[in-house]
Amino acid sequence: METILQGLLLGGLYALFALGQSLIFGVMRLTNTAHGDFIILGSFITLTLTALGIAPWYAVLATLPINWLIGYMLQRYVLNGTLGKDPLPSLVVTFGLSIVVQNLLLEVFSADPRSIDTEGFNTMSWALTGDISVGVLPVLILILALSSTAGLQWLFNHTSMGRSFRAVSDDREIAELMGLNARRVYAQATALAFVLVGLAGALQGMRTTVAPADGPMLLLFAFEAVIIGGMGSFWGTLAGAMLLGVTQQIGFRLDPGWGIWAGHLMFLAILVLRPQGLFPKTRG
Amino acid sequence: MTSMNNSYGQTKRAYAVVRNTRVSMPLLLIGIALVILAITLPWWGESSWMREFVEISCYFIFAMMWNLMAGYGGMVSIGQQAFFGFGGYTMLVLGNFLGVNPFVAVLFGAIAAGVVSLPISKIAFRLQGGYFAIGTWVISEVFRLTFANISSVGGGSGTSLTALRGIEKATRESVTYWIALACVVGSIVLVYGFLRSKQGLALLAIRDNEIAAKSQGIAVGRMKLAVYAVSAFGAGLAGALYFVGNLRISPDAAFSVNWTAFAIFMVVIGGIGRIEGPLVGALIFWALSKFFSDYGTWYLLGLGLLAIVVTIYFKQGLWGYVQERWGWTLFPTMRKLQIL
Amino acid sequence: MATPVLQTNGLKAFYGDAQALFGIDFELNAGELVAIIGANGAGKSTFLKCLTGLVKSEKESISWNGQHIGGMHPGEIVRLGLAMVPEGRRLFPSLSVEENLLMGMVPQRKGPWNIERLYRMFPILKEKKNLPGTSLSGGQQQMVAIGRALMSNPEVLLCDELSLGLAPIVIREIYNAMPEITAEGMTVVIVEQDVGMARNVSQRLYCFQEGLVSLKGESSELTREQISQAYFGV
Repeated sequence: METILQGLLLGGLYALFALGQSLIFGVMRLTNTAHGDFIILGSFITLTLTALGIAPWYAVLATLPINWLIGYMLQRYVLNGTLGKDPLPSLVVTFGLSIVVQNLLLEVFSADPRSIDTEGFNTMSWALTGDISVGVLPVLILILALSSTAGLQWLFNHTSMGRSFRAVSDDREIAELMGLNARRVYAQATALAFVLVGLAGALQGMRTTVAPADGPMLLLFAFEAVIIGGMGSFWGTLAGAMLLGVTQQIGFRLDPGWGIWAGHLMFLAILVLRPQGLFPKTRG
Repeated sequence: MTSMNNSYGQTKRAYAVVRNTRVSMPLLLIGIALVILAITLPWWGESSWMREFVEISCYFIFAMMWNLMAGYGGMVSIGQQAFFGFGGYTMLVLGNFLGVNPFVAVLFGAIAAGVVSLPISKIAFRLQGGYFAIGTWVISEVFRLTFANISSVGGGSGTSLTALRGIEKATRESVTYWIALACVVGSIVLVYGFLRSKQGLALLAIRDNEIAAKSQGIAVGRMKLAVYAVSAFGAGLAGALYFVGNLRISPDAAFSVNWTAFAIFMVVIGGIGRIEGPLVGALIFWALSKFFSDYGTWYLLGLGLLAIVVTIYFKQGLWGYVQERWGWTLFPTMRKLQIL
Repeated sequence: MATPVLQTNGLKAFYGDAQALFGIDFELNAGELVAIIGANGAGKSTFLKCLTGLVKSEKESISWNGQHIGGMHPGEIVRLGLAMVPEGRRLFPSLSVEENLLMGMVPQRKGPWNIERLYRMFPILKEKKNLPGTSLSGGQQQMVAIGRALMSNPEVLLCDELSLGLAPIVIREIYNAMPEITAEGMTVVIVEQDVGMARNVSQRLYCFQEGLVSLKGESSELTREQISQAYFGV
């Protein structure tokens, strides 16, 4: 029982990893192989801000606009040039970015794992019943994940920005005919995704230690969550993340070396048995 | 007679399908001469040269196989290292536990990798495009974690290839070198022959427009599987060969994503979709690593930046640029229609 | 003589290395309804795409009220007041009928067209306003596409093959809305496969053949033979 609970809480964090990727892929069919590395970059940005003396929670708030800007610039000046029918340029460029980010972080911060000092917040917990207690930070992460998912879904369905995202993703040419500047819309989407990436990075850094080489693992988790949940749906991504978290926790319980492996296997099983994911939204 | 009139009164021109370019014949002769020279290396060269050649051959073969899949098959994978490591481990198991001569086991490692790719493809092919790429990475991680949990091959820290213990160092290095040379030449011949054939033409058609190719009756699914399996075979070959040279294997080394990273680098810098690309890229990569690898993180960072810049500004890679400027092709596979 | 609201001079267009238009001279005056006819592949849609900026062209080859607009970004052109109903409707599948119509408001141009007026002109759309755009019938989708273009309150409306794939009765229904569209002086260009319909609704007519204008003139004065010849090029 406790394992499942821990799994769901872990899933909340994975959802934050995955939502940004789900957004970017949904709007522009771009696969960012450096996604995990940018999450870690986010962690280190928050870390640096706290090292400069800013209190941790303010640092998290400050990190969001910084990440927004990084995402916007990245899309506008680097990634927009790689979009097109061929997936190779975006894959190679983001792969290159992954290497660049990792090594840059290694140079600046060295390979030591670090963590963001939350003055004890990350160890606080609530006792639910006699045996089961949950950490306050994980619960907060879950709440943030839920609100982010709801927020994104609302944005997509009820705002003009969301309409422009959907239009550009459906038919870029006609969207431009309607007056949208696709390049700017893409940049807005990536910028928004990076806000989530920054948030995820900051929370990861609080929850546990981060090191420059951690990126690829997070990318795989995010990707698995999106596929398991089914593409085209943010709630689906959340569900996928939850399932992944629970599977990993169960795996960890059975044997510490099996946690991540179990998650991968479950992902592959879903791929074979139900490749469209659990809650796919079909595109017209 | 260069033109004829058919029964409708329209003129029909005689034509020829031309393949070789001006440069390819002399370069082919030079290439053959180089290979013959290379065979004699163990008698006049230093052993460190042979070791380096073996290592760069592995990179090159792996890159060429990646190129075959991505440039010609249209499948971009970040998980070919799964087969690289699988080939290596198979060779080790055959050598250490079943008494097979490791040099022979290299071939078996390759075959094993090719065979295992068939069921794996059932999973991988569920995905397309960018997500196919990451999916292959997940599969390779599964391989890595699985082998890291098998204690008989050393688990997470790996193990040594004991089967070559009895052989004298110089002999071992020479034989490894010749096998590497044979693998390089063999894989070039194999890939080149394949691409010049009808199957190769079909592959190019699929790459350019899959739906149109299907409508022409080309069995797209089977072709893609064939490319995937051949590429896995080649990756396994490279892997088995590498660990014969290296003598020590571990899951992190065998299944490291860096193999694909370097392959991507070589192919992109050299030029995707062309055979010469990986060759040029491998040479550039080797040169860069010789001079700059001491700089560690900055070197890798530079590689990453270079790959980004070349992808955005030199989409064809460096050899592709040359091909476009001067029309050189070492390994001509394009067919030109020449009106006589 | 007033400046033509839209004019092209020797307009050429290429798709990569293939040339689609070899020099089109075209003139459109305010308040007119001009038709463009021609066989498939003659370059009619390419011409409209050049006007709207979806296909690149030389700056000086297209003029809007005297201003050179060749090669401008589609977003800028629609803001000037040139809107298109694209060939094949091309509604956004992820958007509902109403959302598709709202997309037309992106350029934020003022004018007599708004969503209530569109619902009055095409009542069936109001009924289905929350359904996905692509779940409607072909004729209804065409109404949405027209509405979407009208929502940007254009000065000039380009209609690419309105009748494509529609039954004759539906085509008539669509064209019955045309008088209301042109009533307030909207200038319209229609590209049509249906030559009869094109002659009936337009004042002037151009015929394209293999990337060139093969015939032009007043619709009422052109004979069947002239049009046949120009259409097929024989």
